[in-house]
Amino acid sequence: MIEGNIVSLKRACAIAGVAESRLGVVPDSTVLTLQAEALVAALADAGLEKSDVDGLLVSGAWGRLPGLQIAEYLGIQPSYADSTMVGGASFEFHLGHAAAAIQAGLCRVAVILYGSTQRSRADKYIFQIRNDLGYQYEAPYGLPTPVGSYALAASRHFAQYGTTSEQLADLAVSTRNWAALNPKALRREPLTRDDVLNSGPIATPLNKLDCCLFTDGGGAVVVVSPDIAKTLKKPPVWLLGQGESVSHAQISEMPDLTVTPAAKSGARAFEMAGVTHRDLDVVEIYDSFTITVLLTLESLGFCAPGTGGEFIANGRTGPGGEFPLNTNGGGLSYCHPGQYGIFLIIEAVRQLRGECDERQVANAALALISGTGGVLSSNSTCILGVE
Amino acid sequence: MTDETLPDPDSEPYWQGAAAGELRYQRCGACKTAIFYPRALCTNCGAPDPDWSVSDGQGTVYAVSVVHRPPPSFSGQAPYAVVLVDLDEGFRMMSRIVDAAPDTVAVGDRVRVIFRDDPDGRPTPYFTPA
Ligand SMILES: [Zn+2]
Repeated sequence: MIEGNIVSLKRACAIAGVAESRLGVVPDSTVLTLQAEALVAALADAGLEKSDVDGLLVSGAWGRLPGLQIAEYLGIQPSYADSTMVGGASFEFHLGHAAAAIQAGLCRVAVILYGSTQRSRADKYIFQIRNDLGYQYEAPYGLPTPVGSYALAASRHFAQYGTTSEQLADLAVSTRNWAALNPKALRREPLTRDDVLNSGPIATPLNKLDCCLFTDGGGAVVVVSPDIAKTLKKPPVWLLGQGESVSHAQISEMPDLTVTPAAKSGARAFEMAGVTHRDLDVVEIYDSFTITVLLTLESLGFCAPGTGGEFIANGRTGPGGEFPLNTNGGGLSYCHPGQYGIFLIIEAVRQLRGECDERQVANAALALISGTGGVLSSNSTCILGVE
Repeated sequence: MTDETLPDPDSEPYWQGAAAGELRYQRCGACKTAIFYPRALCTNCGAPDPDWSVSDGQGTVYAVSVVHRPPPSFSGQAPYAVVLVDLDEGFRMMSRIVDAAPDTVAVGDRVRVIFRDDPDGRPTPYFTPA
């Protein structure tokens, strides 16, 4: 290995604006209209104009060349463009990449964008079953993707550490209780542990309510240079640390099914930010499935390997619990339009600004977000703060 | 899911092996790492053109999931147990359990390879309790 010091991205950029498009079931939309909606709202939130945008970071599996199609549609001709596509974590990668580009002086106002109409237009954007290249060694066996891959990881964790379906169910319940406080969440009705356990097996040990929603939706995040951040009406939310890591594409290639790439990316993010786990006020972790959260918490070092089940059980992560987690209701109960990671950023920024009304975590000043993509394949973790 | 792109230059010896009742894998001539799936270089040290070997087909279940909601092309076959198997030679692969009730398979169980035709009629390695 060639060792070398990593250039810090601490305070290299700030988040100045965030917005969702319409979410849930949005039949009168396209991936383009949803991204336009989100962009307009996020620029208004930031107090900037479309003409200010000189960096564009997009991902999506729709269309032939999404990075070109969306720029054309919006009438933006960016001088810095990034179409990194590593699944649902792409937006946390984008945030780090935008910070590096801004720090290098390559752009000053970068927009991270996403949109999906997977629910209403029946397009199968991502995770199509393929039978070529590396996939030919998995395709014959009928594993449903991605849920089956996460189920295999859960089975390993259950066998290795004694983790239970009840513990995973408790996370789904806590997340639903947050969704009940979020008017934009799709599923807000009360949920019990037994509801999750009796929701029907998809791929053991995961039941239907261990799985994220399947919705439409889009989002936009406006990232600016420090000099611009200081001129805007809302207080900036600073990027304090970021790390990213890619491990594998298919679950059969994951070295240890109980340790995700968050272990590497999280360690770098914490080191860069110069903070510890105890300093954090609010945490937003990609919840494609309940097991995703448990594994990410362990890999990030919030709890010891094998203890994630206890960590999430009994309402500890819900409203009023000691570890506020996925405060918008998450991919499990708020929305999940294919690639969810942009909504982690949006919620963390709103918590840090104190804009979350009923679900506001008191005095939130430091947040961690951790996006996971593919089948526990990619992770980027970011630490954000108002100071 | 018949796919005219298969086999490809990496996988041809593997699928030829399956047709001959052999579970073939690669081992790096330089660092001796066992490699699966087949590739043009060693995933550990990067040396090109790993050597082909034949596995004894004996392994241990690393992870297992009983599929109740299969992909459309597998509808009607559920429930079935998809496994990750750690072969004794030091590589891991995905497969499916045959000739046993799916819910009787557990992590840590010993299994052995058995060749059956996949839904496209291609001889494919499955596993069964040892
Ligand atoms: Zn080697």
